[in-house]
Amino acid sequence: MNLGVNIAGVEFKNPVMEASGTFGSGMEFSEFVDLNKLGAVVTKGVANVPWEGNPTPRVAETYGGMLNAIGLQNPGIDVFCRRDIPFLKQYDTKIIVNVCGKTTEDYIEVVERLGDEPVDMLEINISCPNVKEGGIAFGQNPKSAEDITRAVKKYARQPVIMKLSPNVTDITEMAKAVEAGGADAVSLINTLTGMKIDIHKQTFSLANKTGGMSGPAVKPVAVRMVYQVANAVKLPIIGMGGITNGDDAMEFILAGASAVSVGTANFMNPMATIEVLSGIENYMKQHNVEDISDLVGIVK
Amino acid sequence: MKFQEMVQVVSQERIATGIYSLWIKSDNIANEARAGQFLSIYCKDGSRILPRPISICETDKENGTLRIVYRVVGKGTDEFSSLNSADTIKVVGPLGNGFELHEKTALLIAGGIGIPPMVETAKRLNLMGVKVYAAVGYRNSELFLADELKKYSEVLIATEDGSAGTHGNVIDAIKANNVKADVIYSCGPTPMLKAVKEYALSNNIICELSLEERMACGIGACLACVCKSNQIDDHSYVHNKRVCADGPVFYCEEVEL
Repeated sequence: MNLGVNIAGVEFKNPVMEASGTFGSGMEFSEFVDLNKLGAVVTKGVANVPWEGNPTPRVAETYGGMLNAIGLQNPGIDVFCRRDIPFLKQYDTKIIVNVCGKTTEDYIEVVERLGDEPVDMLEINISCPNVKEGGIAFGQNPKSAEDITRAVKKYARQPVIMKLSPNVTDITEMAKAVEAGGADAVSLINTLTGMKIDIHKQTFSLANKTGGMSGPAVKPVAVRMVYQVANAVKLPIIGMGGITNGDDAMEFILAGASAVSVGTANFMNPMATIEVLSGIENYMKQHNVEDISDLVGIVK
Repeated sequence: MKFQEMVQVVSQERIATGIYSLWIKSDNIANEARAGQFLSIYCKDGSRILPRPISICETDKENGTLRIVYRVVGKGTDEFSSLNSADTIKVVGPLGNGFELHEKTALLIAGGIGIPPMVETAKRLNLMGVKVYAAVGYRNSELFLADELKKYSEVLIATEDGSAGTHGNVIDAIKANNVKADVIYSCGPTPMLKAVKEYALSNNIICELSLEERMACGIGACLACVCKSNQIDDHSYVHNKRVCADGPVFYCEEVEL
């Protein structure tokens, strides 16, 4: 049985990763999960300098999901290279670094710094709904998305994944734009912008007012978008959005994702990644599948 | 070390209006837990995806059991309140740092649902042989856990409605009884913690505060539950300590409330 997948020339031992921002750099979860078993660890977004993030409360539960507005708190690239990359290098897993920025120059600075680091891929976050500058500003306009992709690709030494926002009218336009800009892969979906009101306090549940919605409740939206993008571009797709078990992961793979990321489910169950992986293995056994890649996008 | 387990419910009872006491069986967690740490407790209903962080009220290492005392504040805690003995529930813990216990005269200050962690704290301080005072604040005469605190400490009661003890808040009770101590251990609503911090600083008393914040992962990865810290934090190198992992207990000088 072959679980290995190849995305933009990078060989992953299996298609299971975790979604940026739900897993830190793996340190905290390594008490629950053997990181060697994951196809890759996708780090929390890192910028050129430390970011404070948003005021609290930063999270709120919703029916079958949650809202977050962390605001990309991170220690900046210096600490990240000194601490997080050496930590991850102890494990036999691929390292995908999620990169965030306020300006094109910020992104480029981080991407350049990572050029000499033992990092396997870069995931460019142009879709965070919780920061005012950068982030989503690049991810909701095809021209901006293409431009930032091209700028990053010029300096990147590793293959580049562009992380797409679902908060657009037509996600295939965005996928086509980053493909035109030279992206090596896409990941989707980032969170859906939402809001929750605390009716007792008569105010917003989140200090940021709005937040990104994730969790099981968003899965049908995510599967639909993966399917649309798979049919619009040639780029490999890392699918995510509400995956909690192997069956959920299989929906994404059958819809066209070459790999999957487990996000909010890590909060529901610290061992969710491992359970998704064993669920995929069980599915393959039950359906006599030799190679997971044979199933990518077969539902037309 | 942290454990994820499906644990058995030993017993549950309602001890005041909307306040429940739940004993669960876990040798691992009971053996590991310190006073002031907490558990992540998961709902069975799949529509409620995030764990509820609930402080440990008491541990019984000999029997491998732990007790949590919580208030029903929403659908998740409402679900927990219907658990019966022999039911199982998913738990991760022990989480957070807990109180650092000093061999000095102790003053526990707690209000409302901040009172439960004081039971184990008082028990352990008492075992260390230090004098323990516990100033506890309630809304009314439903004085849950007060009798248990009396086993390990000299208890001062404050009630908002004046139906028992000092009419007013915990600081009023401390002043009325003229209590002097070397170390304060406190847990309760933020306005109370602010007052406790001010009282500790103006009286030059060592003071540990247990904070509360909305959490998601509960183990320090997601950065949801940060508080403002005076020093640069070790995680993100800003001024945001993680309540779940760096806390929930902080020395009062460490954090802005």
